[in-house]
Amino acid sequence: MDKRTVLYDQHVALGARLVDFAGWAMPVHYGSQIEEHHAVRTAAGMFDVSHMTIADLRGERVREFLRHLLANDVERLQVRGKALYSCMLNERGGVVDDLIVYYLEDDFFRMVVNAATRDKDLAWIGERARPFAVEMRERRDMAMIAVQGPEAREKVYAALEPAQADRARTLRPFNGVDAGGVFVARTGYTGEDGFEILLPEERAPALWTDLLEAGVRPCGLGARDTLRLEAGMSLYGSDMDEETSPLESGLGWTVAWEPAERNFVGRAALEAQRAAGVERRQVGLVLQDRGVLRGHQRVVVEGAGDGEVTSGGFSPTLGVGIALARVPARIGTECQVEIRGRLHRASVVKPPFVRHGKRVYSV
Amino acid sequence: MSEVPEGLKYTSSHEWVRAESDGTVTVGITDHAQELLGDLVFVELPEVGRGVGSGEECGVVESVKAASDVYSPLAGEITAANEALTDAPELVNQSPFADGWLFRLRPADAAALDKLLDAKAYQAQLDDEA
Repeated sequence: MDKRTVLYDQHVALGARLVDFAGWAMPVHYGSQIEEHHAVRTAAGMFDVSHMTIADLRGERVREFLRHLLANDVERLQVRGKALYSCMLNERGGVVDDLIVYYLEDDFFRMVVNAATRDKDLAWIGERARPFAVEMRERRDMAMIAVQGPEAREKVYAALEPAQADRARTLRPFNGVDAGGVFVARTGYTGEDGFEILLPEERAPALWTDLLEAGVRPCGLGARDTLRLEAGMSLYGSDMDEETSPLESGLGWTVAWEPAERNFVGRAALEAQRAAGVERRQVGLVLQDRGVLRGHQRVVVEGAGDGEVTSGGFSPTLGVGIALARVPARIGTECQVEIRGRLHRASVVKPPFVRHGKRVYSV
Repeated sequence: MSEVPEGLKYTSSHEWVRAESDGTVTVGITDHAQELLGDLVFVELPEVGRGVGSGEECGVVESVKAASDVYSPLAGEITAANEALTDAPELVNQSPFADGWLFRLRPADAAALDKLLDAKAYQAQLDDEA
């Protein structure tokens, strides 16, 4: 773990337990993962996500390029600052990565991709950008802080300059705006309201300190994972990868089939899969017994075969074991999960489990 | 820096053992172990009356991060399990050496207790692992 974000010293001073994440020394928690989780559900928490990869794409044909590269359609972005979640597929319809793309100018889009897939993503994008004369520039000079929770926006306004706060106040969900050299977007990975703030590295420590003073609790990657799991959001490498398609991963909603003539990478394979019928799909599981669901546990579906938990954990908000699982498409309303050699009953639900602090699934 | 109280016995797998006046021993996991695991969310305890061998798996402590087996430090019979942990596994984090105890057992051989690590030897092991 030789890479450090610009906020490393702050993490150490706050008593973070640091772990290696894709070569980065990142806080997993600052004392209690569960308390951090609750802070985001009930008040406001912040995450240093500066390890994530920001790539700026510029060129006259950048929109045309992204309509080719991504399974979702950037043509849906008609207002500057608007964000889109998409998968980037290989020719077999497998997921190379999932990402957020922002439309900033007609010749300028910004992408945020996963840290763990940085090298292959940049190679993949760079290679395909060349024929479109689109220039890609990685923004290693930028840091990123996610501030999430029901009180997050108010606390961010307090930490920003008044003029910046006025810009941020205008943002609707899934929109971003440049506020005096700081890019503020109303996006996140927790199922709560809040902002993700992309800013020049040298300005990040001061903003972090101002947010701390505004009462925002620092949170680690541990809470980030339980929050996104409760929110039913996929984690690349666990819930989907190059061998699984969006249709098998609960991400069919991110594939823009129309217009039919848009020939994005992976389209032919996805269409073939859709026509043949998708044999596996993603569901949410809620454990009926006490215990914890974990990735790779076997899911037993009577009369339909086995599936697998792709990510699981204990839900601090609900007090039960929850999971995302890939299972035979014919699954009913119940199944069993093998935990340490024993089968336990679980209810099959449609994710998310939690939105805005409240349980949302029904059994 | 995790706490290693004097007067307790320890195992290399991070259990602590306290001799009680009635001849039983109380077993828990150490402060170091709970710190490594992080917030506990589920504890599975052995049934009262079960016979266990020395080093036998007899429980599971599960945190937000991972599940970890608990091993019986001595051979004997389980005489009590800390039922409070079913609803409040966080007691192990808050009070690993007192309210967060896991189970009691009556050792088959009381002298076996002496062969476990003392606080100094356990601390030395932690220093080596650091």
